[in-house]
Amino acid sequence: MADALFETLLRLGDNTLILGHRVSEWCGHAPVLEEDIALANTALDLLGQTSLWLEYAGEIEGAGRSADDLAFLRDAWDFHNVLLVELPNGDFGQTVMRQYLFDQFNLMNLRALTGSTDNRIAEIAEKAVKEAAYHVDRSRGTVVGLGDGTAESHERMQAALNILWPYALELFITDDTDADMAKAGVIPDPKTLEADYRATIEATLAEATLTLPDAHFGHRGSGKDGRMHTEHLGHILTQMQWLQRAYPGQAW
Amino acid sequence: MYAQMVKSTGEGVKTLDEMAPEERAFQEKVDQDIRIEPRDWMPEGYRKTLIRQIGQHAHSEIVGQLPEGNWITRAPTLERKMILLAKVQDEAGHGLYLYSAAETLGVSRDEMTEMLLSGKMKYSSIFNYPTLTWADIGAVGWLVDGAAIMNQVPLQRTSYGPYSRAMVRICKEESFHQRQGYDIMMKMAQGSEAQKRMAQDALNRFWYPSLMMFGPSDANSVHSEQSLAWKIKINTNDELRQKFVDQTVPQAEYLGLSVPDDTLAWNEDKGGYDYSEPDWDEFFDVLKGAGPANHDRLDARKQAWDDGAWVRDGLLAHSEKKHGAKVAAE
Ligand SMILES: [Fe+2]
Ligand SMILES: [Fe+2]
Ligand SMILES: [Fe+2]
Repeated sequence: MADALFETLLRLGDNTLILGHRVSEWCGHAPVLEEDIALANTALDLLGQTSLWLEYAGEIEGAGRSADDLAFLRDAWDFHNVLLVELPNGDFGQTVMRQYLFDQFNLMNLRALTGSTDNRIAEIAEKAVKEAAYHVDRSRGTVVGLGDGTAESHERMQAALNILWPYALELFITDDTDADMAKAGVIPDPKTLEADYRATIEATLAEATLTLPDAHFGHRGSGKDGRMHTEHLGHILTQMQWLQRAYPGQAW
Repeated sequence: MYAQMVKSTGEGVKTLDEMAPEERAFQEKVDQDIRIEPRDWMPEGYRKTLIRQIGQHAHSEIVGQLPEGNWITRAPTLERKMILLAKVQDEAGHGLYLYSAAETLGVSRDEMTEMLLSGKMKYSSIFNYPTLTWADIGAVGWLVDGAAIMNQVPLQRTSYGPYSRAMVRICKEESFHQRQGYDIMMKMAQGSEAQKRMAQDALNRFWYPSLMMFGPSDANSVHSEQSLAWKIKINTNDELRQKFVDQTVPQAEYLGLSVPDDTLAWNEDKGGYDYSEPDWDEFFDVLKGAGPANHDRLDARKQAWDDGAWVRDGLLAHSEKKHGAKVAAE
């Protein structure tokens, strides 16, 4: 049970850590100043959630690892984020689409987690859900604006969706760890969130004049159980972990 | 400071007697510390000089995101990463306040951006230096934000209302930035040999460029005289630089780092330090585009602007459609 809980917390924390890293890459390079500010804000919230999840993960593991140890001293095979969040930013449209697909899931998942039988998880979710609601408002609005903007912006958003949608489906795979945790009331069973998620996404896409690609497969690479990642994760880690690896054991 | 070498009318300062009634009324308000607001009459030179100065300051905040943004993905801990992200986000916010202040003078943010990208408007020379190690992030907060504060605190009392109000908001945040930067330096200076070396190296590289932020001596400059009379400049460059040196040298000593200036010595008579001037030839070269990072900085901003064109167009087209639909329904 402790193992499953540890793994669950890593999944939550790694998703926000890796996505936060990706979003922070935009800093100073966004299409308009307001977006620079909004993206930095999103990245900040995601990293704040990361600290909470990983700190708790370290406590559950009981091996004395801090949130920083977990973030900066694990290698790719020990990361449990979904593949969606480690994909490169692409153009701004791809970044926003990825953000929306994640935010919508994160919001639904966190809402359910506020009722977790694990009090600490419920507490963290309570705080994070407010941020997630704001993120979804923003990313949803931008997806709609750009989907239903010019011909070029429409085309770019559709292209982004075509690439990303199959990755989004990984969010709803329930594996044994999820099933155990769901049975104990710690987390919602991911696959039970899918129908509602799809319906919400489809409503947004309709407003954005975009269409869900006809892809019935998900990338079942299983980033979340660590069996598979994209090649991108290793490069993220070489950057993110560089100082801690080059100068081990220092205070910063 | 973020506005360097801002040219005013280039003419001498007029006396009240030489002024037409409107201008005289304006100058009397300035003399009495009554704020000038956007709708008030103002001399054309005042307006133009302010646009240059506020615009340069705004551009500096925006370009200033880049050297620090350079370390966000490599920050050594989650906490440091969040502090740095929040700081860079603040800087973007400062840019926004300042562009808004400049817009009240009749120039749009897009116009100012185009002028930055075409090289017609400048940003502070300091951001043309690279951030090479993590200690540079400490040095930038400590020295660069520190120098910016020196300049900006007095500007809270500047004569132009929107500018002064922007400065009040900005100053609150800048002092956090400086403390956070100093805190990084402290950790590094008390850390391993390698960390100490990074800290000293950062101070070595950022010391003179920080002194350059105040601009060359302007004791006898007509531009400065006019700006001082208009209260869009409150102190001379040398006054501010001296204050900065006097404040910073003891801080460096406290860190156990040495300021890279052999001539540095306390001067009892003037109650301040004697110090070496930076290399002003280097300063002028950097202003002209020959700094180590000039090309990268402008390139990054141009790319962001060009790559973002479809996004700005898309969002604009969408809001026009929405607006059109609303009007049609009425
Ligand atoms: Fe600033
Ligand atoms: Fe700054
Ligand atoms: Fe600052």
